[in-house]
Amino acid sequence: MNATYCHCEELSLPVIARAQNARSNLRDCFGLCPRNDRIRCICVLAMTAFWAVIMISTTASAQPISSTDLINNAKEYNGKTVTYEGEAIGDIMVRGAHAWINVNDEVNAIGIWVPADLTKEILHRGAYGEKGDWIEISGVFHRSCVEHGGDLDIHAVSIIKLKDGYSTAKPMSVTKVRYAVISGLILVLVLLWKVYRRRLANIPQ
Amino acid sequence: MILRPQKEDFKIIGYYLGKIIVGLGIMMFIPLILGIAYREINPTLDFIISIAITLSAGFLLTIFCHTERDPNWMHGMIIVSLSWIAAMLLGAIPMYLSHHWNSYLDACFDSMSGFATTGLALAQNMDHMAYSHNLWRHLIMFIGGQGIVIVALSFLVRGAAGAFRIYVGEAREEKILPNVVSTARFIWLVSITYLILGTGALAAVAFWEGMPLKNAIFHGACIFMAAFDTGGFAPQSQNILYYHSFLFEIVTIVIMLLGAINFKLHYAIWSGNRREIWRNIEMVTLFITIMATFIIVAFGLQRTGTYTEAIALFRKGFYHLISGHTGTGYMTIYAKQFIREWGPLALMGITLAMAFGGSSCSTTGGIKVLRIGLIFKAMAQDIRRIILPESAVIIDKFHHIKDIVLEDKHVRSACLITLSYIILYGFGAIVGMFYGYPFLDSLFESTSAAANVGLSCGITAVDMPALLKMTYMFQMWAGRLEFVAVFTLIGFLVAAIKGKK
Repeated sequence: MNATYCHCEELSLPVIARAQNARSNLRDCFGLCPRNDRIRCICVLAMTAFWAVIMISTTASAQPISSTDLINNAKEYNGKTVTYEGEAIGDIMVRGAHAWINVNDEVNAIGIWVPADLTKEILHRGAYGEKGDWIEISGVFHRSCVEHGGDLDIHAVSIIKLKDGYSTAKPMSVTKVRYAVISGLILVLVLLWKVYRRRLANIPQ
Repeated sequence: MILRPQKEDFKIIGYYLGKIIVGLGIMMFIPLILGIAYREINPTLDFIISIAITLSAGFLLTIFCHTERDPNWMHGMIIVSLSWIAAMLLGAIPMYLSHHWNSYLDACFDSMSGFATTGLALAQNMDHMAYSHNLWRHLIMFIGGQGIVIVALSFLVRGAAGAFRIYVGEAREEKILPNVVSTARFIWLVSITYLILGTGALAAVAFWEGMPLKNAIFHGACIFMAAFDTGGFAPQSQNILYYHSFLFEIVTIVIMLLGAINFKLHYAIWSGNRREIWRNIEMVTLFITIMATFIIVAFGLQRTGTYTEAIALFRKGFYHLISGHTGTGYMTIYAKQFIREWGPLALMGITLAMAFGGSSCSTTGGIKVLRIGLIFKAMAQDIRRIILPESAVIIDKFHHIKDIVLEDKHVRSACLITLSYIILYGFGAIVGMFYGYPFLDSLFESTSAAANVGLSCGITAVDMPALLKMTYMFQMWAGRLEFVAVFTLIGFLVAAIKGKK
């Protein structure tokens, strides 16, 4: 029966940490001794699987999910807690106790509905000459948010700043200055020629 | 017998083309000033280079092709079709220099998409784009929506007798006022008035919804230009979804509908003739087609269970329907959602709406509801002719500013242009399928390009084949000019090669 116990243990291994805790709790509750009772072991296994299904159905992954994955598989992720990371771009639009921020993972930007006080740490937002803070969001993903008129969004529970934003302002391009001077000179010559021809045309023959 | 064009023909075309190019160069000063104001150093240089090249090209053409002669109908058509190509090539220069486009072809794609008020975009990293470049993207929609030629007619051509011939070439056969220059100026008056009101309304909503005032005004102006001219560009990569605001969507719906109305109707309303709204054939047809296509979209979305709430159905289903029908292309969903979530029936409803388009003499593309209305009226007339005795005389009228007797020439013209559009939609769809895209996706994207809409189901992307990009560019150009100017240019080129001296 030892083998049976090991077998049960192996099967329950892939289940995420919270599910394992739940299983051991269950074992304690039932006062099970798996060495001698195969049926009880199957019972525990079934309960573990049930918990695992519950946990997996509400928590998609602790690993960040890309925007492409979320958009392309929106129905599967709908209503689940997801982790998404990207650059905070544009303005933080405060609406009462909450705020909208848009977070771009360099492929798409997704709207994040977040308690306004969580946005205080976001100091840099992506714009011209500015790389925004790189943040990680955990929250519930909505394919068609009932609260927000069918928008695809994430209702954030937590935000972690992973990298600070920075200025990306570039110095004046010498090549562009050269092209500007050359093209400007050509324009001046063309204008002078136009004025000269007009004056020539006005001189009585 | 085809006659080869004379040297004087080329000079007339070149001279007026030069004037239009100069007009385009002058318009580039607007983003240049903004770039200086915002201290955007390199974008400012981009515009200095572009202005110098554009003005030099325009002035050189007016010097080399100087003529006192007025253009005839053929010249007018060719000037228009060439001026759109010139605008695309020159308007793409600041875009390409900004490094937000991967190639000059991509910049030309967005430039044509902007001028033709389509809204399909290949711009990269849009969320980090300079204010000046972003303004230019929206300004070209405003210029293109009013009509590139209108710019030149309003400010650069002094009462030329041939002005109307150029004006007509830009798919605006209707004069609002007796003088075409006055007509052009009225179109500007309407547009500038709405620009101030629309920008104010959008900026107020954006500010109310939490945007800083400076950005609210900038976004308001950009979104107005693209919405009123039924273009569809937006300053951020998420398009209208960026704002997450129902109120903002409502305001854009109003502006899109205003943009889809005939300028003649605007004039009638401005002159106090408000009854025209309820009587005009275009308005009646527009209302019917919106309702009919919305039923299809709503039924399709209901079947797939995509939006179960009424408010979501309105904000997604109705919004995209109006966006498609008016030829704007504003989106509050991601392109892939069309394919993955909407289902074929809803997608077909949107495709039909895009194909129909808005009013003639407006900034919309597509077949236009006037033609749809005329064809249906002619069909009803023919059915009555079959039912009634042979001796019965059937005379039908339609109301478009005034009562007009429906004649065969009206129906023939409407049918020919409708047929041309259907062929153009089909052509793009076949090219899309040639590259392996599914039928419905290809038809959707092709119709969006040819009807100058800009809704995308995801085909339009940087990595799509170059030939498909060029196909969509051709569709945008031909669709915007409603074929006649394009056919005339092709005929002119054939005559230049094969014609007899």
